[in-house]
Amino acid sequence: MSRFVGQDAILRADRQSAPAGRVTNPPQVGNLPHMGRRLFLQALALPCLGAVESDARFTVEARFYDKLPYKKIKCKLCPRECVIDDRERGYCGVRENRGGTYYSLVHSRVCAAHVDPIEKKPLFHFLPGSMAFSVATAGCNVNCKMCQNWDISQSRPEQVTSTFISPQNLADLAGRNQCPSIAYTYSEPVVFCEYVLDSAEAGRAAGVKSVVISGGYVQEEPLKQLCRRVDAIKIDVKAFTDKFYKEIVNGDLKAVLNTLVSIRKSGVWNEVVYLVIPTLNDSDDEFRGLARWMKAELGPDVPLHFSQFHPEYLLKNLPVTPVPTLERAKAICDAEGLHYVYIGNVPGHPAESTWCPKCRRVVVERAGFTVRALHLDKGKCHFCHQAIPGIWEG
Amino acid sequence: MRIGPQYVATRRGLLRAGLAGVLVAGAAPAEKSKVVVVRDPALRAGGGAPDSGRVLKMLDRAMQSFWGGDSPMDAWKKAVRPGEVVGLKVNCLSGKGAATSPVLVEAICERLQQAGIPQKDIVIWDRLNSDLESAGYRVASRTDRIRCIGNDAAGYGTELAVYGSAGSLLSNTLTRTCDAVINLPVLKDHGIAGVTLALKNLFGAIHNPNKYHTNVGDPYVADVNMFPPIRQKVRFTICDALTAQYEGGPSYMPQWSWPYNGLMVARDPVAMDYTGWQILERKRAEKGMKTLREMKREPVYIATAAGRGLGTNDPKRIDVVEV
Repeated sequence: MSRFVGQDAILRADRQSAPAGRVTNPPQVGNLPHMGRRLFLQALALPCLGAVESDARFTVEARFYDKLPYKKIKCKLCPRECVIDDRERGYCGVRENRGGTYYSLVHSRVCAAHVDPIEKKPLFHFLPGSMAFSVATAGCNVNCKMCQNWDISQSRPEQVTSTFISPQNLADLAGRNQCPSIAYTYSEPVVFCEYVLDSAEAGRAAGVKSVVISGGYVQEEPLKQLCRRVDAIKIDVKAFTDKFYKEIVNGDLKAVLNTLVSIRKSGVWNEVVYLVIPTLNDSDDEFRGLARWMKAELGPDVPLHFSQFHPEYLLKNLPVTPVPTLERAKAICDAEGLHYVYIGNVPGHPAESTWCPKCRRVVVERAGFTVRALHLDKGKCHFCHQAIPGIWEG
Repeated sequence: MRIGPQYVATRRGLLRAGLAGVLVAGAAPAEKSKVVVVRDPALRAGGGAPDSGRVLKMLDRAMQSFWGGDSPMDAWKKAVRPGEVVGLKVNCLSGKGAATSPVLVEAICERLQQAGIPQKDIVIWDRLNSDLESAGYRVASRTDRIRCIGNDAAGYGTELAVYGSAGSLLSNTLTRTCDAVINLPVLKDHGIAGVTLALKNLFGAIHNPNKYHTNVGDPYVADVNMFPPIRQKVRFTICDALTAQYEGGPSYMPQWSWPYNGLMVARDPVAMDYTGWQILERKRAEKGMKTLREMKREPVYIATAAGRGLGTNDPKRIDVVEV
């Protein structure tokens, strides 16, 4: 622990080393898997819990479920609607039926906490150049074969090292680390929805915004509650075919598209990420279909990020996405009339920057996750005064 | 965390695993798979809990019938070898009533010791310490006695096992502690997967079973059983059919349980599952209930497992020996 006296050095994530969305261990402990987060949490001067810790501290009654006969329950958090026997858990692994009452086991049970650039989420039209205090708990309600954080997302809470961070503490930590926002990210915030809702309220009271980084597989009611409390939501559209969602994600495309429409109607700032995986979701038809759907249902101003895939988890047999594939995707979506199409995980690519759709000049210049220049005046292009949608000031 | 897939099934690895399976499990393709079913109508002389002495005798009959030999001890000596650490994979999630009976496990431990397996080389295990305790077991981690430990305490490896649609971390008890595992499921219904018997009991060896219940567990149950450490170490199954349950599982539902008063022994987990499934279907029919297929939870993973080469679900190739 004495190695980590410079807390800022530990907290500040490397702006170039990891793809967007991946949990980054502090550089000093990068070669010590498992120890990274523990030491990191110690560096935060927070109590660090072992994997075999009583879960009572983290257990709260879940907010979205129905009680059924014979002590069964039906979860109403995500479209999967797991029907769960007594003593069993849902698909996410973090919500448990105990005697006919359903509990979240991950309230305030943080297994990853980092200060990341907001560009790493990625959110490009939300407080550019700022840092987000980024947290996750264990668990996820899908099982993407390309998951880059599967070691936490596909684990149960007691299988990973966690620490207790109450909603108020989380808001305080964000403030102390000069983070204008809290990001709920890395795994799937939907499954720790109660913690997100409580923390977003605590953050709002303390002047800290909240952003959710999600796969969007959620029911209408919890989504409505999230939209009332958070300031931005990034949704991963993992492909534009049902086949991919069924075979690679174990989810449902239609439900995710419904989520996007609901977010749009709520007025919460929204961006979309599409991880391009060679041979699985990289056809022209898919890119074109997505662009047309977004333009028709969400409008042309919702940013769309095409991210480069890196082999992970159960898809280690596929190569890194070639940059020309990403450029092809962008070209198709540009031609369909989307205004803000980005290329991600390719540091230095010109399509990392925000270009004014009217005068075609760079208004936010980025290199990796670093913002190098900002040519915006109160949300308008400095050169032609075109309004650029987004949340540009805290 | 960077993970190298140590347990990814390669073609050569599969051949080796398959060969090991044949050598250890003895299920040559041309032979019928034997499933021994032993019952004792007088098991509950007092009408309540099974009598421990009669459970031991029933176990002896089952083992001798399955393994052959002049005595039950001969049978056990064919099944396990001194020097091995033998794991007993119980099924305790549902607590008392629908868990592997401690009386049966006690009988197995007694015979293992007589067969030359010292206490220190016997490990009773399941997913969670709390599950074991709720089923009547006492958690014990001293290494000079019989151990009883949940995966939550023993931990999971860091190498991802991958086969087909399944990718999981495996219990350290399975991969590091045990040389051989005796699989001890319970004969019961499962509200999602149809039935939970020999194949599905191995979900207790992985860190993420909640991910593999969709689509009636197919093909996940079969794929998890393809992980090389499971194929290589699970030697045979003794299914606890003292009390069976034909509906409402895996939780204990006394209104759908009945005293089957039996044990089943097999090396072929697919044949075991097929046979157990048919017993449950017959009970459902007797009670006027719909079949599992009609309930949209037919355990099709059993056929998938057969297709993977884990055993046979063809009744013509299963020799059910009723003792």
